[in-house]
Amino acid sequence: MTELILSRLQFAVITSYHFLFVPLTLGLGVLVALMETWYVKTGNKTYKMMTKFWGKLFLINFAMGVVTGIVQEFQFGMNWSEYSRFVGDIFGAPLAIEALVAFFLESTFLGLWVFGWDKLSKKVHLITIWIVAIASNISAFFILVANSFMQEPVGYILRNGRAEMTDFLALITNPHVIYQFPHTVLSGFVTAGFFVMGVSAYHLSKRNHLEVFRRSFHMALIFGLISTAGVTGVGHLQGMHLVQLQPMKMAAAEAHWETENPAGLSLFASIDEQGQKNNFEIKIPGMLSFLSYNSFTGEVKGIHELQNTAVHDYGPGNYVPPVTSLFWSFRIMLTAGMWLVLMAMLGLYFYRTKAYEHKAWFLKLLLWTIPVPYLANIAGWFMAEVGRQPWIVYGLQKVEAGVSTSVSLFSMLIAFVGFMLIYISLAAADIYLMVKFIKKGPEVANTDEHLNSKVKGASLWT
Amino acid sequence: MDLNILWFILITVLFVGFFFLEGFDFGVGILLPFLGKNDQERRVLINTIGPHWDGNEVWVITAGGAMFAAFPNWYSTLFSGFFLALFLVLVSLIIRGVAFEFRSSDSSPLWRNTWDWMIFTGSFLSALLWGVAMTNLVRGVPIDAKMQYVGTFWDLLSPYAIVGGLTTLFIFMFHGALYLSLKTTGEIAERASKAAQVIALVALPVVLLLAVLTHFQTDLFASPGAGITLVGSGVTLILASFLIRSRKAGWAFVVNGLTILLFTVSLFWGLFPRVMVSSLNINWSLTIYNASSSPYTLKIMTIIALIMVPIVLLYQGWTYWVFRKRVTEKDLHY
Repeated sequence: MTELILSRLQFAVITSYHFLFVPLTLGLGVLVALMETWYVKTGNKTYKMMTKFWGKLFLINFAMGVVTGIVQEFQFGMNWSEYSRFVGDIFGAPLAIEALVAFFLESTFLGLWVFGWDKLSKKVHLITIWIVAIASNISAFFILVANSFMQEPVGYILRNGRAEMTDFLALITNPHVIYQFPHTVLSGFVTAGFFVMGVSAYHLSKRNHLEVFRRSFHMALIFGLISTAGVTGVGHLQGMHLVQLQPMKMAAAEAHWETENPAGLSLFASIDEQGQKNNFEIKIPGMLSFLSYNSFTGEVKGIHELQNTAVHDYGPGNYVPPVTSLFWSFRIMLTAGMWLVLMAMLGLYFYRTKAYEHKAWFLKLLLWTIPVPYLANIAGWFMAEVGRQPWIVYGLQKVEAGVSTSVSLFSMLIAFVGFMLIYISLAAADIYLMVKFIKKGPEVANTDEHLNSKVKGASLWT
Repeated sequence: MDLNILWFILITVLFVGFFFLEGFDFGVGILLPFLGKNDQERRVLINTIGPHWDGNEVWVITAGGAMFAAFPNWYSTLFSGFFLALFLVLVSLIIRGVAFEFRSSDSSPLWRNTWDWMIFTGSFLSALLWGVAMTNLVRGVPIDAKMQYVGTFWDLLSPYAIVGGLTTLFIFMFHGALYLSLKTTGEIAERASKAAQVIALVALPVVLLLAVLTHFQTDLFASPGAGITLVGSGVTLILASFLIRSRKAGWAFVVNGLTILLFTVSLFWGLFPRVMVSSLNINWSLTIYNASSSPYTLKIMTIIALIMVPIVLLYQGWTYWVFRKRVTEKDLHY
């Protein structure tokens, strides 16, 4: 039992930690590729400075994503071997494809990009960063295909005591991933958009490298604005899908105990999980029906009824995920999202009036907005994964049946403590470097670059 | 040929690729503090693998994914059974991975030294542990009738497995030294070439010892093909050490690459058709049949692998072409 709790804790921490780096990689890769595209198209050196400055930050972040990603692949087998046996026939495929199709591309072409400034033609060099950007987003697709199977199993049959794949096409066109992929990728774009806006705001307020940061700000604003709109829209569609496929997750995220028609949305609730009721709540009438069906009427099933249905379908047991944490992680995500929409719109307004550069409060606000998308990302994943409880594969296997049986508690404890120590030190090193390079700003001309003009730009990175 | 066999071969290929490519990365990492006398030189050494190490590492990530997809029971038993060993592998891959990116991002000597030792430690541990893991597969570990590992971490550290670990350690160090003598110039290349000669002298008896122990500890020689390839890897190692003595670094590197190929193939051949040998009861071993995925999954994965693997080889090969020149201090900007 303790092994189970420790493995769950480790999975939550390690996966959340990994996902601190992934979204920025997804979005910043595309932004850097766009910057270099402009450089190649116009020949304007400002864009090259931008490419290199943001590229350096991309690389620091990317390295963290890569090394924490290896742990992801290993920990299914290490801590969740019985889960791996049960779903390996299906779940292993997208992981292997992710490595074959995406990781090889990403890492090989990133090496070319970093070390290839003076070895490749401008155009080929540009292609390498686009391949990196596209490949990282392809990798997101395949890992989400794997995750989607845990949320909404499709294309399988239960045979030989495990889930076996019967339809690969169904697996990769899982309706769940059709919503989850754009939602995840776009939130990565949002993260990168606000990261670039925030850092640019910092330098604009200091009046450093105005040309570089004006252009960066402009690009990130448009990029962030479109992505924020996209992520919100897709999120709504995803919510409607969830009500159909994982009604318990939505009901718990709303602390919606009783079936109602029309159903109201709680803005705030004091939840009594033991007594299975809300002691106090502020509700908008009909709003939950709207979120579920795009209409202000419509029955939304409550936790009690869903629990009874689950007992009927799967036998006795508690099928209610932790309501309080779901309720609040959903609200943290939504509030963060609304804040970002507001910031993007303010940004657009001030940008149109060209006033943003001198609005010190706004620039400061943007700088402090950098962590907000991160908060939304993690809260979103909390909702997705905690809301899946008690299932590890929705409706097929419970979490406690998935944990490794051959690993001792002591081993698990060593690994957990070891990972925590390493991750904390790495976080310190990562933040130190990020802040250092952000403060330093873009390099106009490296003095050493003049000394070695023959090998211009070769390894500014390394 | 059935797909189970094909996937066993494919996973062998992935490990050969990993050991061949990441083998010299590990070697360079281990030799870094000893061959690089100052910061400039260390940067040269790191830059020889700079564009490649990450792509090389993907070979093992793919191997892991392929095991998961094609032989889920192998993946599950191995990863949960070798838990602490794999934890150490992860730690070493993590610290050396970030070290490559982080070390040059700050110029303080303390910072750089710390990350250089991270590169060393990570490379050293990885090179050692992969040998330990591989030889344990062949030697057999306590696996019960339900495919569960029932031993402890210490069961993995038998003298045989430790000799196995030392074998990969020295072969990879040799490989790294040969790579460096190919990819650097002047004094560093000279030092690397000398180091290669010394390492070969240590590697040879270790490999010989491993071959002898393999005869007593495993049934590898029961399969003539596996036996011949194992002996063959010893022969190529000797050949490579003669080649580097006569300053033919290029040929020495190629021939020692063959050593790694033959050595890896021999271990997998000795395993076949098992994937993990049970030391408790031979019938409890995991095989390419009882550990495998369904025929449908194998078919899908085969199609994807047959398309993707050649493409990967093509563009990874191209990167080595792009960076084919030797790295000198003139290429550094710091």
